[in-house]
Amino acid sequence: MKYILMMNTMKAGHGVPDWPTQDLHAHIAFMISFNKELSQSGELVSAEGLAFPDQAKLVRAGKNGLPITDGVFPEGKEFLAGYWIVDVESPERAYAIAARASAAPGPGGAPLNMPIEVRPVMSGPPPEML
Amino acid sequence: MIRAFDTGAEHLLRELAPQVLGAVIRRFHDFADAEDAVQEALIAAASQWPGEGVPENPRAWLIQVAFRRMTDHVRSEVARRRRETAIAIELDQAAPESEADQDDSLILLFMCCHPALTPSSAIALTLRAVGGLTTAEIASAFLVPEATMAQRISRAKQNIKASGVAFSMPTDRERAERLRSVLHVLYLIFNEGYTTSDGPQLQRPELSQEAIRLARSVHCLLPDDCEVAGLLALMLLTDARRPARTGPDGELIPLTHQDRTLWDRTLISEGIDLLSATLPKGSIGAYQLQAAIAAVHDEAARVEDTDWPQILALYDLLKRISASPMVMLNHTIAVAMVHGPSKGLELLDALDAEGQLKGHHRLDAVRAHLLEMSGNHPAAITHYQLASGRTSSLQERNYLLTQAARLREST
Repeated sequence: MKYILMMNTMKAGHGVPDWPTQDLHAHIAFMISFNKELSQSGELVSAEGLAFPDQAKLVRAGKNGLPITDGVFPEGKEFLAGYWIVDVESPERAYAIAARASAAPGPGGAPLNMPIEVRPVMSGPPPEML
Repeated sequence: MIRAFDTGAEHLLRELAPQVLGAVIRRFHDFADAEDAVQEALIAAASQWPGEGVPENPRAWLIQVAFRRMTDHVRSEVARRRRETAIAIELDQAAPESEADQDDSLILLFMCCHPALTPSSAIALTLRAVGGLTTAEIASAFLVPEATMAQRISRAKQNIKASGVAFSMPTDRERAERLRSVLHVLYLIFNEGYTTSDGPQLQRPELSQEAIRLARSVHCLLPDDCEVAGLLALMLLTDARRPARTGPDGELIPLTHQDRTLWDRTLISEGIDLLSATLPKGSIGAYQLQAAIAAVHDEAARVEDTDWPQILALYDLLKRISASPMVMLNHTIAVAMVHGPSKGLELLDALDAEGQLKGHHRLDAVRAHLLEMSGNHPAAITHYQLASGRTSSLQERNYLLTQAARLREST
């Protein structure tokens, strides 16, 4: 079963976190080793981190089909910071992995306990239907 | 590399690979190294046989080459450690042809499907070691990166090593249970192939074909086992409907709406013959019963010709052997088809109250279907929609949403 684990933790108007170098490094090191761990357990399908919200654009098709872009977002709007797709044996395992990600170290090395949205990827088998 | 030469020889190599691997593991007791050695032997065969011809005893040839690779490997290890020279000398004298033969494939299968492994690692290992698929092929079949699949396979091997499973036939006492795990893994492989009908098909190995091939070889090794025959029959009778199961855009077509002239008659008669041969033998298992149910469906030329009383009788037997929630759910459909939808809905309420299927989309889907049969379209629409929100299959979601839309428009 495949699940996507989404970190919807970025806020518009809040750019790069102003953590001390040491904490920033600890956080980055955690993410790198976390991905490595998932890859070694044979569960990682893909993982990506996204650029900060100031590079985000909201695109709609105009009447002529051409893109109309909008880049000013209300303060406090939440953005996807990054995601993992994992292929695991059970939903519980997906939740356990999400909890590990949630506890990534933040300022002062304390766990961030950030919310991770876990959703099944539509990869289940259709049954033989009557 | 293997692809470059003719398919006959390629089939031969794939057939022999597990036997050769079995022989090497039996001799050297190391799964990972043995696999490398066998791979090298297969590569040597693929490059030498097209020019020099297939040797008289291809199996012995492969075993000999693989043994030589292992010996070289052990030697270099020995040289590096400057000890245990005696082993290398002993290994040199090993006579490949004296090793037990076909049993090795079976032992290998028992090992790859060991209950100590998670289903997904057992599947991967079986396809790799017994099926002879490449890691890249298995990865693409399961739509995961090759590196992830490689890790999954290597961890499976480590787990086998750590659990200390010996390369030998399970004892009589364990045998039935271990064979059940083997059949379950083959069943899962088949299902995976049968039910993943979307995605970039061209690059995918046909998992159900592979499962059928493996089930055939287990059936050859254990011709008297009724459940092995039952599983093979179930696969054939189900696979026979494949051409009718999806529409031009890959959408799911349920059994009731399939164009039955597209069903593969050869597979159907092979499956029925297998079943007929096992039934007189007495012992009836879950796979045989599921195959028998599939056979009843396959024998109906039109959907309205389906012999539902017989299907219901078979589900009654099946639920005594394995009363899994899914079996119980299918049983309610058979009841509804024989005794009417209200009887089916009654059973469904009881099943719902037991709570095992709580929140499961199939419960809603079946309820929707029975409500539609009973003419209660508004409630059917509600349950088709509930089910569509709960399934994790994209095709099934599309199918359920379409059902709801169809009813809304006809009401």
